[in-house]
Amino acid sequence: MKVSASDWLLLSPELFLTAAGLLILSISAFFDKAKEEFLAFLTLLFVGVAIGLVAFLSGYGGRGAPIFAGMFIVDNFAIFFKLLMLVSIALTVLASIQFVGRAPYPAGDYYALLLFTGVGMLFMVSGNNLVSIYVALELMALSSYILAGYFKLEIKSTEAALKYFVLGAFSSGVLLYGLSLVYGIAGRMGLPDLAKLFESQAKSNLLLVGILLILAGLLFKIAAVPFHVWTPDVYEGSPTPVTAFFSVGPKLAAYAILARIFYVGFPKFHADWGLIIALVSAATMVFGNVAALLQTNVKRMLAYSSIAHAGYALMGVLGFRTEFGLWGILVYLLAYTFMNFGVFALVVFLETKGYAAESVADFNGLARRNMTAAVVMLVFLLSLAGIPPTAGFIGKYYLFTSAMKAGYAWLAVLAVLMSALSLFYYFRIAAAMFFSEAEGAPLKSSYALTAAVLICAAATVIVGVAPQPFVEMLRACVIKAP
Amino acid sequence: MTGAQAVPGALLTGAAGWLFVIFAVLALGMAIAVVVARNPIHSALFLLSSFLLVACIFILQQAEFVGAVQILVYAGGIMVLFLFVIMLVHQRGVRERLTFQHQWDVALLFVLAFLLPFLYVLWTERFPDLPQNLDAFRTVRGKIAGNTQAVAWVLYRDYLLPFEVASVFLLVAMIGAVVLGKRSAEKVD
Repeated sequence: MKVSASDWLLLSPELFLTAAGLLILSISAFFDKAKEEFLAFLTLLFVGVAIGLVAFLSGYGGRGAPIFAGMFIVDNFAIFFKLLMLVSIALTVLASIQFVGRAPYPAGDYYALLLFTGVGMLFMVSGNNLVSIYVALELMALSSYILAGYFKLEIKSTEAALKYFVLGAFSSGVLLYGLSLVYGIAGRMGLPDLAKLFESQAKSNLLLVGILLILAGLLFKIAAVPFHVWTPDVYEGSPTPVTAFFSVGPKLAAYAILARIFYVGFPKFHADWGLIIALVSAATMVFGNVAALLQTNVKRMLAYSSIAHAGYALMGVLGFRTEFGLWGILVYLLAYTFMNFGVFALVVFLETKGYAAESVADFNGLARRNMTAAVVMLVFLLSLAGIPPTAGFIGKYYLFTSAMKAGYAWLAVLAVLMSALSLFYYFRIAAAMFFSEAEGAPLKSSYALTAAVLICAAATVIVGVAPQPFVEMLRACVIKAP
Repeated sequence: MTGAQAVPGALLTGAAGWLFVIFAVLALGMAIAVVVARNPIHSALFLLSSFLLVACIFILQQAEFVGAVQILVYAGGIMVLFLFVIMLVHQRGVRERLTFQHQWDVALLFVLAFLLPFLYVLWTERFPDLPQNLDAFRTVRGKIAGNTQAVAWVLYRDYLLPFEVASVFLLVAMIGAVVLGKRSAEKVD
C-alpha cells in the first residue's frame, strides 16, 4: 500500500477532528467549572475548521477513488454527509453550552466525546470496506453510549445508557455475524470487490442470510421497526442536547452506510433487499405515527415521530437503478437534520427547570412567554408534518416521488396517509403553545441556544422556499448504481 | 454434493477431522452448559472451557495467531472481568438464583425459529472450495513464513486505517470508564 500526500489531504478532516478531540481532552483538566465555556467555543472552532476542510475537499480533484488499500473513499456522497454531520455536531455544541454548564459534570470530556463520535461518523460514511465501516460504526456507537449516560446522577440517563449499550451491543453482534457470513462466502471485504465477485456467482441462500443480518444491524441504528424498541427510552433519558444529536447525527451515518453497502456492495440482490426495506419502511411509518399519537411526554412523542421519519427516509433507498437513485433521501435528510434538531433544541430551551419533565403541558401558552420560540417551533412542526413552504415538504415530495418511480406506489400512498395522521400530534403541541393559558414567567434563552435554533429555522425555511439550488447540488452527490 | 458433507478437504481429513468434531461438539456442549448452569461460577468455568476449545479449533486450522488471541483476550482478559463481576455480586449476598431462566418457553420458541431456517440454509448451501494449498495463508512476500507474520503483514498494511481507528475506539472506551466510574462528589466543586 502506497500513501501519497493527496491521500493524507483526503483524510485531513478525520485526522484534524481526532487531534482536536485529544486536545480538548488534555486541556480540559486546566479549566474549572466556571471557565468551561471556553472549551465549548474551542470545540466549535475546531468543528468549523473541519467543515472548512471538507468543503475544500469538495472542490479537490483527487477525490472519488478509494485510498488506503481501498478502505476509504471521499466521493461527493461522503462529502455531503460529512458536512451535514459536522453541522449537526456544531449545533449540538451550541445547544449544550448552557445545559451542560449548569450540570455538575465536567464539560471537557463531554465535548471530546462528541468530537470522537464525529470521528467515527466521518470514517463511517467514507468506509469502502466492511472492516473499516464496522470499526468506525463501533467508535461512533461507543461514544454515543457514554454520552447517553453522561448525566450519571440522573437515574434516567443511566437507564438510557444501559439500554442503549445492551441493545446496541446485541445489534452489533447481529451485524458482525452478517459480515462474517458474507466474508466466509466471498473471502473479501471491499465493497466494489464484493459486487464484482457476486456479479458472476449464482445466488446463495447463506449469502442472503448474511445480507439480511447486516440489514438488521443497520436498521437498529436508524431505529426502524422492529428494531426501534430502544428509541423512546434512550431519547427520553439522555441529556436533551444529546437526544437532539442522536436523532440526527448517528442516524445520518447509518443511512449513508446502509445506502453505500447495498448500492456498492450488493447491487445484484437489489430485488431482495429492496422488498425487505419497503416492508420495514411501511411498518416503521405506521407504528411510529400511531405510537406518537398516544404519547403525552414530548421527548417520547418526538422519539416516535423520528421513528416514523426513519420509515419515510427508507423509501429514499428504494430508487435503485431509477433516475432518482438516492436523490430523494439526500434531499430529505438535508431537511430532516435541521427540522428535527430544531424541534429538540426547543425542548432543551424549555427544560430550564428539571432534568426530564417535558410533558405537552409544558408548552402551554408558550406564545405568551416567548413569541419567537413559539413561532419557530410552529415552523419546525409544520416542516415535520410536511406542509409547504417548508423544507419538510420538499424532502417528502422527493421521497414520495422516488418511491413512485421505483414502483412502490402503495408505499407512497401509505406515507401520504401517515403524514396526514402525524398532523394530529404535531398540532397538539401547536395548539398548546398558542391557545392555552400561560404558566410561569416569560422565558429567555441563552445566546448559543438561540443561535442553534435560529440556524435550524433559517435552513428549514430557506430550503423550503428556494429549494432549487440545494436540490440541484444534491443531484451530483448520489452514488451511481452500476 | 451438498454442503453438509463438504467439510473443507485439505484441512480436516483424517485425524484432524476427528479432532475437529470432538472440539466442536465439546465447545457446543460447554456453551449450552453456560446457559443452563445455576451457579454463576460454574457458568464462568464452562465459558472458559468453551473459549479454550474454540482456540483449539483455530489452532487446528493452522491459524495460530487467532488461537493465541482467543486464549489471551477471551480466556484471559474477558474471563477475569466476568470473575470480578461474579465476585462483587456475590459479596452482596446474591446467591444461586435462576436469574435468567424463567423464560424457557419463549426463548426456546425464538431459538427454534432462527435455528431451523439456519440449519436448512447451511444444509442446502454449496460452499466454495477452500484453497487446497494452505501456504497462501503463510506467505509473506513470496516466502513461506508463519500465519502470525502473514496476519501482521495484512493488518499493518492493508488494514492500517481501521487498525488506527480501533486505537481511537480503545481510547474512547477508557475515557468512558473514567467518566462514568469516577466518584461524582470529587468533581462537583
